Parts: sequence; structure tokens; C-alpha cells
Amino acid sequence: MKETPLSNCERRFLLRAIEEKKRLDGRQTYDYRNIKISFGTDYGCCIVELGKTRVLGQVSCELVSPKLNRATEGILFFNLELSQMAAPAFEPGRQSDLLVKLNRLLERCLRNSKCIDTESLCVVAGEKVWQIRVDLHLLNHDGNIIDAASIAAIVALCHFRRPDVSVQGDEVTLYTLEERDPVPLSIHHMPICVSFAFFQQGTYLLVDPNEREERVMDGLLVIAMNKHREICTIQSSGGIMLLKDQVLRCSKIAGVKVAEITELIQKALENDQKVRKEGGKFGFAESIANQRITTFRMEKAPVDTSDVEEKAEEIISEAEPPSEVVSKPVLWTPGTAQIGEGIENSWGDLEDSEKEDENEGGSDEAIILDSIKMDTGEVSNIGSQDAPIVLSDSEEEEMIILEPDKNPKKIRTQTISATQVKAPSKKPVKKRKKKRAAN
Amino acid sequence: MAEAAAVVAESLAGYRARAARAVLEQVVLPGEELLLPEQEDGEGPGGAGERPLRLNAGARSRGRVVCGPGLRRCGDRLLVTKCGRLRHKEPGSGSGGGVYWVDSQQKRYVPVKGDHVIGIVTAKSGDIFKVDVGGSEPASLSYLAFEGATKRNRPNVQVGDLIYGQFVVANKDMEPEMVCIDSCGRACGMGVIGQDGLLFKVTLGLIRRLLAPDCEILQEVGKLYPLEIVFGMNGRIWVKAKTIQQTLILANILEACEHMTADQRKQIFSRLAES
Repeated sequence: MKETPLSNCERRFLLRAIEEKKRLDGRQTYDYRNIKISFGTDYGCCIVELGKTRVLGQVSCELVSPKLNRATEGILFFNLELSQMAAPAFEPGRQSDLLVKLNRLLERCLRNSKCIDTESLCVVAGEKVWQIRVDLHLLNHDGNIIDAASIAAIVALCHFRRPDVSVQGDEVTLYTLEERDPVPLSIHHMPICVSFAFFQQGTYLLVDPNEREERVMDGLLVIAMNKHREICTIQSSGGIMLLKDQVLRCSKIAGVKVAEITELIQKALENDQKVRKEGGKFGFAESIANQRITTFRMEKAPVDTSDVEEKAEEIISEAEPPSEVVSKPVLWTPGTAQIGEGIENSWGDLEDSEKEDENEGGSDEAIILDSIKMDTGEVSNIGSQDAPIVLSDSEEEEMIILEPDKNPKKIRTQTISATQVKAPSKKPVKKRKKKRAAN
Repeated sequence: MAEAAAVVAESLAGYRARAARAVLEQVVLPGEELLLPEQEDGEGPGGAGERPLRLNAGARSRGRVVCGPGLRRCGDRLLVTKCGRLRHKEPGSGSGGGVYWVDSQQKRYVPVKGDHVIGIVTAKSGDIFKVDVGGSEPASLSYLAFEGATKRNRPNVQVGDLIYGQFVVANKDMEPEMVCIDSCGRACGMGVIGQDGLLFKVTLGLIRRLLAPDCEILQEVGKLYPLEIVFGMNGRIWVKAKTIQQTLILANILEACEHMTADQRKQIFSRLAES
């Protein structure tokens, strides 16, 4: 399928938002999206989620003959694939440019930086060495594939265990997993790529661009660094001109980000190791939360509510009905009533607006007051001020609210039947009761 | 093995098509057959044909039942083709037996005649524009299909503009065609959508919910900020508010409404209204 084209209005909006330092998902300029690392049951299998971008990494090994010019070194092989489920635009024949670029970058980052000790992969010099193969699959494309892929690669390599081998004279013994525990690879350092997207000819930069931000960017700068602040690879694409201090600033930011990500990776690896040692459950099935809504996660409530309904029904059936509380409003002036004690009005600024409201309400009150006066004869004697004022004979406490702009005639009939009349919305309805008592 | 096969065969033979009325609002799966109300009586436990004489001519009118999305007629029954909840709408003016359809969740849009959609102009070739609507093919839009457009007076449409229009031809054999006027030649809000604002994509189910007659979400959103909003049935929403921050907030709220309960939504709206 062809990629959905980017409309002019989206492009304009994104650029304007970036000028105002706003990103679509509310991140700051230098913020990464949430990184989540989960491991599979096999050693060397992991899924890294950078926001919605997901990469699956799998490491495998095999004994082969070494290269002729490197007889004592093992072989490393990296392969990144853009799966068709990642984006509708990824079709079997169509992704070559992006694919080649990503693969080259990944190779330079991991192979040329010598993060893995290839000498330790040698079993018999000139005859047998380990070939380590790292396969990365992009499962969902939401921007910044290279960062997610580099994290997935290094995490998978750190997690991987190869079978143990012992050499005695001419005999080489390859132990199976049952005979001896597998051995981790020897990794010197962890290079991680950090991407910077530039907009408006290098004026604005964003870390960890989204898929839409990638579409409107002018150029991309990728810096691969490890936590010792050594730059392993640096690549600038898109043809933008970058100043020296911009590049230096980016490298400083990259140093900070890489330190955070490395810490996250260490923690994830430790957690997984702990779980495996303790005999707990591990694997992808455990890392997927139950009852998960894919976009916005639903947090599990910490309270066990499984039998609340039954308990609640019991309590409700046994409890007595709540006692009726009738409030006794005190009328100070037309338009102001007080229920309860309360404290001093501390809203000094709002006094003016309140007065306006009172005046507004006053006129409506006048109309209703007249109608009540006409009916005083027919309204039953309410009684003294102290007794609770019960206005209707009906059992329900609900007060019937009418629209204030209905006919006064209607109001009159309603007052005869002793139901409430709606005061203008800003006043409490209870004031009506007080008016009758005053009459 | 033989026993298992026998059991399976028995269960298949004993399968009865369920009454559509009985499974309303429940999840149905593709391949299920549903009976319409008139046919239920004949399939009752008495077997075929045995029916007590009714003195009244039957409570239900034998009107035309409309088979909506996700359902297909197969013989005299309804065959479910999509998984989702079965819904029914009573006929408004008493004609027919109402509409049955399956409410399913989908992100990929399939053009349907009469739908109003938001499209992006991808190419201008001669007399027509090619508009991407999210389907399998770009739709074609003639330059004369705008209000007040004549051969001399061409509409001002560039590549990359957003268009709000409706389909006049949309079937699986031809490329879809859309227009920006109704049958009387008036625009009715269709045409080129303005220059600013943000376009984002949501699922088709959310759009249908938002376009329902009494949508609470829209009323609450309208109380927050003044805004302009256009919904396309292809899952695209265009929104524009006074500032960029407000537009971003609105876009994020609408995307999040998909998975929020009414209470969570009210909380978020009240929090936004305070700030």
C-alpha cells in the first residue's frame, strides 16, 4: 500500500507547534518516550517498546569455520527486518532505502565499536569459532526505529547465553544445556543510538522523533554512545548544515540519555535474572498485563472488590433508612440566605459580581413573591420559624424544579399545591422555604 | 478418535440457528446464523410445521428487515460476517421490521456510498483530483463538483489540501468517486477544509459514537473551548482551536475517549475546565 500522504495542514501545524516547543504527545524537547523491555523464555530473546515502536530481537549462535584473514576471531552478523505489520507502507519489495540505511547504521554502531569481544568467541584457532547472529524485527513503526533497534540488539546480546565449550588438547567438547550452564557473551560496553531530528534548517531540534515528526523533519543526526561517554558512531543525514556547537550540544544530551537508558537496561536484565534464579515465571506471557487496553492502560485497582456487591446488599438490607435532614435557612436580605454556620466570606474580589447576581435575581423574586402573596390565604399555616418546614405531604425529598421563564400562572398553581418554585440558577433553591415562613 | 469425531458431528447436527432477538447486544461471531422474528415459531421445539392457530394475525408486522453492516442474507436467515455486538433499531415510522447490524471495531476504512469523509488531495491530473481517503484506492473528485464551479471558475485546490466530501460511487469493482456538493448543487459544509488545524486518525467505532445524535463527549468538549471540528467516516478528525495548545489538548482527549469510562472522562474535563 502507498503511504498515507501528509497534508499541508498537518505539516504546517506540526512545524508551528515545534516552533512553540510543543510536541503532539505533550513531551518536552529532550524527552524520550517510555521504554519497556521484556524478555522471552529463551536466552537472547527480547522485545523493546519505545512508545509504540516495537522491535523484537533474537540472538542465536553456531559453530563455523572462521574467516581466512581473521582466524582467531568469531563472526558477528546483524540483520534488521521491517516487517509488513509495522506500517502499511512496508511491502516486500519497497523498503530498500530505509532498510539499507538502518542496517548499515546498526552494523557500524555494534560491530565497529567492538562492544563484543570476538576473540573470546574463538574455540579452535583457524578451525572453529562461534558465529553470533542477531536478528531484529520491527513489529510496529511509530518513529525512531534506529534507537529501538540498537537497544533491542544490545539487550538481546547481554541476555544471550551460549553453550559452554572446553578444549583439551585436540578434543573439543561442546556441552549441552543440561550438562553445563550456558555462558554469557563477553561484552565490553553497551553502545546505544540517540536520534536528533532537526527542523527549519537546524533551528529547532527534537530528541526521539515520532513518526509524524519524522515526516516533517529536515535532517536527522544519530549519535551512538556508551555510558563512558565514548562516541561509537555519528551520522548526519538529510543534508542539513549543522554548526559545531550544535553537534557538541547534541553529544552532551546524548551522554545524559544514554546513561539513563543503560541504567534501565541493567535493571531489566537484573530483574529477569532474579526471576529465573528464583524459579518464578518468565517470558513474554508474563510481561503482558491482563485486561490490557492497548492504547491507554487500565490500572488494576488495588482493592479487592470481588464480593463487595454481596456485602453491600447485606448492609443495605439491614440498615435503617437514613434520617431526614431538613435545613433551616435564615434569610438575611432579599437574595441572601444562609444555611448552617459557615465562616466569613473571604472572596473579596467576587463581591462585586455577587452583588450583580443578586440584583438580577431580585426581579424574578419579585414576580414570584407577588404570586405567593395572592395565595397566602390558601396556603396552610406553616407554623413557627423553629419547627421544621415541611412543604409537601409527599414522602419524597426531591424538589420539583421548573423553568424560570414559564408563565407566572403556572407558578401560581404550583404554589397552591405547595411544591417548590425554581429560583434563578445561582441562588440556592432552599430560599423559597424561608420566603413562605416570612409571609 | 472415532468417538471424538462422532461427538463433533452430533454437535454440528444439533446446532440450531439462534433467534436474532435473543442475541441482541451480545457478541456474535462470523459464521453464525440468525433467525428473524417471523421464523422463530416454526423452528420451536415441536419440530417443523406444528403451530397452534393464532387468533390474531401475528404481533409482528411482516415488514422488510434491513440487513446492515456485518450481516448478509443467506436464504431466509441472516449470516454474520463480522465479529462484534448485534444491534437492532426499531423502524421509525412503522414501515419495515427495522435494521439489524453488527457493531464491530475497525481501523481500516472501506468506502461506502453516501459516507462523508475527509480526504487528502494527492494529485491533480487534467479535470480530476486524486484524493486519498484511506481505502484501497484513491478516490477521484472532479473539479466541477464544487459549489459554484464552472469551467472558467476553477476551485482553488492544491495538492496536500484537505477535502470534506461524500461518495457518489463506492463499490468493490470501481475506484470510488466523491463530490463536494449535494444533489441540489449546494455545498452543505463540504469542500476544502481550512488551512490550520490538526488532522488525526481514530477508529471507525469512535467516529460513529461521536456522530450519534446525543453524544455527551461532544457537548462536553464544546463547553471547554471554542473549536471547529470535522468528522470523516474514514476515521479522520480535523480540529482547530484558538491556540496550538488547545488544539493539542482536544486531539488528545478525543483519541483517549476511545478507552475511557464516562467517569474518567468527566474527571478529565473538570480538571481541564479548572485550569
